[in-house]
Amino acid sequence: MNLADYQGIWVYIEVKDGKVAPVSLELLGAGRKLADKRGTELGGVLIGSGIKELAPTLFAYGADVVYVYDDPIFAHYRTEPYMRALLHCCQKYKPEVLLYGATPTGKDLASAIATDLPTGLTADTTILDIEEDTGLLLASRPAFGGNIMATILCKKYRPQMATVRPKVMKALPPDPTRTGRIVEERIELREEEMRTKVLEVVRQTVKKARIDEADIVVAGGKGMGSKEGFQLIHELADVLGAAVGASRDVVEAGWIDHHHQVGQTGVTVTPKIYFAIGISGAIQHIVGMQNSELIIAINKDPNAPIFQSCHYGIVGDALEIVPLLIKRFKEEIPKLKASADAKEEIRHA
Amino acid sequence: MLHIVACIKQVPDTKVAKINPKTNTIDRASAPAILNPYDAHAVEEAVRLKKRYGGVVSVLTMGPPPAVKAIRKCIELGADEGYMISDRAFAGADTLATSYALAKALEQIAKQRPIDLIICGKMTIDGDTGQVGPGIARRLDIPPLTGVNKVVEINKEKGYAIVHRKLEDGYEVVKSTLPCLFTVEKEINDISFAPLPNMIKAARYYPTIWTANDLENVDRKQLGLKGSPTIVSKIWTPPKPKGGEMLEGTTEEKVEQLLSIVLEKKELFQS
Ligand SMILES: Cc1cc2nc3c(=O)[nH]c(=O)nc-3n(C[C@H](O)[C@H](O)[C@H](O)COP(=O)(O)OP(=O)(O)OC[C@H]3O[C@@H](n4cnc5c(N)ncnc54)[C@H](O)[C@@H]3O)c2cc1C
Ligand SMILES: Nc1ncnc2c1ncn2[C@@H]1O[C@H](COP(=O)(O)O)[C@@H](O)[C@H]1O
Repeated sequence: MNLADYQGIWVYIEVKDGKVAPVSLELLGAGRKLADKRGTELGGVLIGSGIKELAPTLFAYGADVVYVYDDPIFAHYRTEPYMRALLHCCQKYKPEVLLYGATPTGKDLASAIATDLPTGLTADTTILDIEEDTGLLLASRPAFGGNIMATILCKKYRPQMATVRPKVMKALPPDPTRTGRIVEERIELREEEMRTKVLEVVRQTVKKARIDEADIVVAGGKGMGSKEGFQLIHELADVLGAAVGASRDVVEAGWIDHHHQVGQTGVTVTPKIYFAIGISGAIQHIVGMQNSELIIAINKDPNAPIFQSCHYGIVGDALEIVPLLIKRFKEEIPKLKASADAKEEIRHA
Repeated sequence: MLHIVACIKQVPDTKVAKINPKTNTIDRASAPAILNPYDAHAVEEAVRLKKRYGGVVSVLTMGPPPAVKAIRKCIELGADEGYMISDRAFAGADTLATSYALAKALEQIAKQRPIDLIICGKMTIDGDTGQVGPGIARRLDIPPLTGVNKVVEINKEKGYAIVHRKLEDGYEVVKSTLPCLFTVEKEINDISFAPLPNMIKAARYYPTIWTANDLENVDRKQLGLKGSPTIVSKIWTPPKPKGGEMLEGTTEEKVEQLLSIVLEKKELFQS
């Protein structure tokens, strides 16, 4: 393998309900920085059915070139046809780096591509950098067991591939005047030869606000003591109109289901306010919430690592403090609402 | 009669593992070795399918000799046969080299008894990538079905499986040809209590153990560290953030300070 043949930073563009998935726009933002540092092009690979018109969006968010595979066979994500298309694209145009969102689809596709090419794949990266002169990708991720990070390299194979969690990177502000090249590609795929078929897609709307979209997240940890103690987290969230988050240990204890887990193996959240209550602050948790605008920690251990990663901290017993908070918010929030309504009336008068 | 193989791994229990502050690596002596929790669900599902359709459940692991313990745990859960590949040549494998070695072992198992279905866990709690399962499927050229949270039907005569695959906001119903490979979510089942006869069988169980030499047509260059494109270049502790401002005073005073900080973001509470 001649490493110099491989050029350009690429992002696999995930499409959901006819739109570009937010994580792909975030990766274009991250990819743009890598491409500029390396002095090379940023490419997006767009696979789907009726998706060609999404290319301008990708240019606006930083792409220089978009490779398009548009065919009805790609109507639903399936490993086999998507993999064939992406392999074709990699073999024909030889990117130096290929990034994927660490979503169910991105992980599935990346694992298959890594095996077939073959090349190295780093999972759940949280920090990306590139060596300007060699093009070596420095992909860092939290590593097992504690507050450590590992930087992973793939020296001898190309492309260098990584999956990156949603909401870890930042999308650039879109520039609608940016344009780029569209490269349309086709491969021969026959539906009769596909070994999997999607029979039905069932959407389950979650009744509570989705935790990754909520403005306020109240998250509780093992420090709440018990499933009953954890009820206080639900109550505080209710009063604040917030979504409920949890540490992994809480999920494993069965106090709440996995949808609520924040962190490396859960959801990444970036709310306006994040409460971490009775959460120790292990790196795997921190990576899932560190980009929140305002982080408030309550913990009875003054040395808990969470206090390193918060904006405001309270040392104390959550089982005592949270009920007080609930009571006081219950009193104060209606007053705020009332004053807002009053102002509204004045404006209408 | 189905032949289902679950791929399982023994992992350090990262919940109790300590980090050696000097080397920044996991202190293995501090961590009891356990069956990867996600793989217990893979074995449980295989055993349930065996009860539903009849068949044999085998488990396969790659690991050092003490990993026999994890196989015994699977026998307790109801697996019939255990296979282990163990050799220094496998050491230091990343996901690509791991899936290569496991695929070779699966080919060998299939020669003795053809395999209809392979089940892997969603991920390991030490490697934590979820890449090995799909990697095995690609190497054996069978369809990978990731994120399976329900098995609707397995029909060996007609050669298909129908499952639910978990999506971010729901699930999809997928039909695949057999053989294929599932990676399963935790919620697919609850682990059953091991019945006493299984425990007795497990205590005395010895799996079939193969070294690299016992596997046919193995390209040694693809094994272990040599066969791993990724390397860990450094392990580091992220710089400690400055830390937040600590609110002081009596509990009531701290609560009031917090209240005013939060309520400053008025717009969040006024709609
Ligand atoms: C591969 C891997 C992936 C992981 N992924 C995730 C992930 O996605 N998300 C995640 O959260 N974790 C994850 N973890 C686990 C993580 O390492 C921690 O074990 C976990 O976050 C700890 O949860 P906790 O803070 O609730 O519990 P603990 O660490 O037990 O902390 C409890 C805290 O509560 C405090 N406390 C106790 N009583 C009270 C009280 N009355 N009032 C106030 N404070 C109190 C204690 O001082 C302590 O700080 C992962 C681990 C590994 C190895
Ligand atoms: N050494 C191993 N031996 C057997 N199976 C493994 C091994 N490593 C990983 N697996 C399987 O692959 C799955 C995903 O592992 P990972 O990619 O490490 O997260 C696990 O849940 C296991 O089913």
